[in-house]
Amino acid sequence: MPYALFTILVFPGFLFLSAVSLFAEFFDRRIYARLQNRKGPPWFQPLADFIKLAAKEDIVPREADLAMFNLAPIFALTAVVTAFFYIPLWGTRALCSFQGDLIVVLYLLTIPTLTFFLGGWYSRSLFSALGAVRSITQLFAYEIPLFISLLAPALLADTWSLSGIAAYYQAHPFYWLFNLVGFGVALVALLGKLERVPFDIPEAETEIVAGSFTEYGGKMLAYFRLAIDSEAVVGASLLAAVYLPFGLGLNPLLGFVLYLIKVFFIIGLIALLRTVFARLRIDQMIVFCWQYVAPIAFLQILFNLVLKGFVLG
Amino acid sequence: MEERNLKYPIGPRHEINVPSDFSFVPRAKDEVRVPIGPQHPALKEPESFSVALRGERIMGVDVKIGYNHRGIEKACEQRSYIQDLYLVERICGICSHTHATCFAQGVEELAGLAVPKRALYIRSLVGELERIHSHLLWLGVAGHEIGFDTLLMYSWRDRELVMDALALLSGNRVNYGINQIGGVRRDVTKEQATEILKAVDKLEEQTKYYIQIAMEETTLIQRLSGVGKLSHDDAVRLGAIGPTGRASGVDRDVRRDDPYAAYGELAFKVVTDGHNDVYGRTIVRLGELLESYALIRQIIKNLPDGPLAVRAPRKIPAGEALSRYEAPRGEDIHYIKSNGGEKPERVKVRAPTLANIQSVAKMLEDRYLADLPIVVAAIDPCFSCTDRTIAVAGRGAMNWEELRRYGIEWYRGQGIDFSRLSSKLGRGA
Repeated sequence: MPYALFTILVFPGFLFLSAVSLFAEFFDRRIYARLQNRKGPPWFQPLADFIKLAAKEDIVPREADLAMFNLAPIFALTAVVTAFFYIPLWGTRALCSFQGDLIVVLYLLTIPTLTFFLGGWYSRSLFSALGAVRSITQLFAYEIPLFISLLAPALLADTWSLSGIAAYYQAHPFYWLFNLVGFGVALVALLGKLERVPFDIPEAETEIVAGSFTEYGGKMLAYFRLAIDSEAVVGASLLAAVYLPFGLGLNPLLGFVLYLIKVFFIIGLIALLRTVFARLRIDQMIVFCWQYVAPIAFLQILFNLVLKGFVLG
Repeated sequence: MEERNLKYPIGPRHEINVPSDFSFVPRAKDEVRVPIGPQHPALKEPESFSVALRGERIMGVDVKIGYNHRGIEKACEQRSYIQDLYLVERICGICSHTHATCFAQGVEELAGLAVPKRALYIRSLVGELERIHSHLLWLGVAGHEIGFDTLLMYSWRDRELVMDALALLSGNRVNYGINQIGGVRRDVTKEQATEILKAVDKLEEQTKYYIQIAMEETTLIQRLSGVGKLSHDDAVRLGAIGPTGRASGVDRDVRRDDPYAAYGELAFKVVTDGHNDVYGRTIVRLGELLESYALIRQIIKNLPDGPLAVRAPRKIPAGEALSRYEAPRGEDIHYIKSNGGEKPERVKVRAPTLANIQSVAKMLEDRYLADLPIVVAAIDPCFSCTDRTIAVAGRGAMNWEELRRYGIEWYRGQGIDFSRLSSKLGRGA
């Protein structure tokens, strides 16, 4: 029991995830800044921001629904941390695993977006409501391609469990190279999930102030931000586990280092992508996702089916 | 002095498009009214847009400006011409040289001064450097409005080159104080000229890179082209000027049409474009940057020798003058009336934004909320410069006495009584 609590709360659970997340935010901001010819923040900036926000007064709009307003950030953080337990990090075994946990992880990773919607909607402010509606509209555009693209490697491995997928690719090295197109699709979808440029439409500063988060401040905003940072790390871990499953048989220390390299590689890619694009409009974003991203994801599925049925089978 | 007592009335006041029923209350059942301003992250200055939305689509926009009125025109009447020159330089934080030159030209015309050639060239030089810094600033703002912050960081980094050049020339980054009535105050040395040419070479290289980005970067093109359409006819009808008008094919440029300073002797092309949208306005501004670089090279090459200024009289002969200047944002107009004294009887400023703001509502027709920031930014608005006349919503134009009374009553309503305060201060002194 104490060991289980330790794994859930400290390592590789909540505390570890928070530490990596805050560092990932720094990493993202530093890369973004360097690519823009700026200096960027010092390494402790995200932590300092968190402490500062947590120390501030909580202000809830009088019109807002108190329970929903305060619960939304907590739900977001909880869902993200829970999803983390099902993802194999180094090695082929996650903390918990069962047949079908891939679907559960995808479901858990949808919850933050839902909490953005609920938190924004129940703020009862105009900009929050606009941001909330945009969040949910965007969800329908990127979620399907993300699901489809993540199912393709699972199809090849013939299992719905993330640990099972890891074990399959461990047993068949270099098979992960077949899924690289899916990796691209998932990366684009992850940009939408994390609401980064070019898909930062729900929090477009120059249009709707801060979208769902307009009315948030203090502790609740700190939790939301931690949840978003954690979502980035969990999303990157998920992509690393599904698309980059190599070097899983190394000894724990080397495996751990390799895991961090993979995660920060993906975070670096996200930073690079958000440097080179302008923000799309919501209509353009939806058209882009359905016209290009979703069909490519389907192509990956088709490719894996043919591969499995005729070549490897 | 009240306008109605003028011997030659200036014509109708500019009625700013403030609907008397300006409010943020939805007027239809399925309409959402979004207040963009007076305080909003997209805006650099206070102004107010009440945007009627249906979904993400804009159904109508009401514009209200006037938050930034500083009473500069009236203040000019109470100061001497020399003091006014420094006052009008502070009308705008970007085109400061524009207003100072425009004013100086008007006064010189009244006094019949023949400004030395070298001074005219230096005025043009600073004017072009100012245009470069304004357009680069605009490019960054435009990038930020469409969420392309990398463009903002890059163009503002490069803008430092021209800011440094201006600081080298005048000692200041924004208010150059280079003009005096009858000429300029500072000379351009050989070393300064070389430094400026170096900066211009670097900037030209960077501008070509931005032009390449504007031609190739898909998300940028998607966000800009087709947005904020203003047809040629509408542009003429609504009086759009400067890059806003030129991007709709309105081939007007005061530098060519009514040459001032050294422009009559310089060769340059007026950049126009037929895209009629925000993309076209970007192309025009980038093209104008290249023209400005060529102009600066010409000016430095042909800089004539001679004195910097002629002596200007303290009292300016009676008369009227209208001075025009092609500011980075469009045509700037100063009207100056003298009664033969040390102070002008009337100064009237028409900043370019006042001409361009009228077309914004047209550009926003049937667009999305996401387009609003970039469409407004694309006219390169400067609202504090525009707030030259005041019209209180629902009350129409007022003369000086009425306005004064209105101000006193308004403050009294807020619990502030200046009359008591001034009598107190009077006793104290």
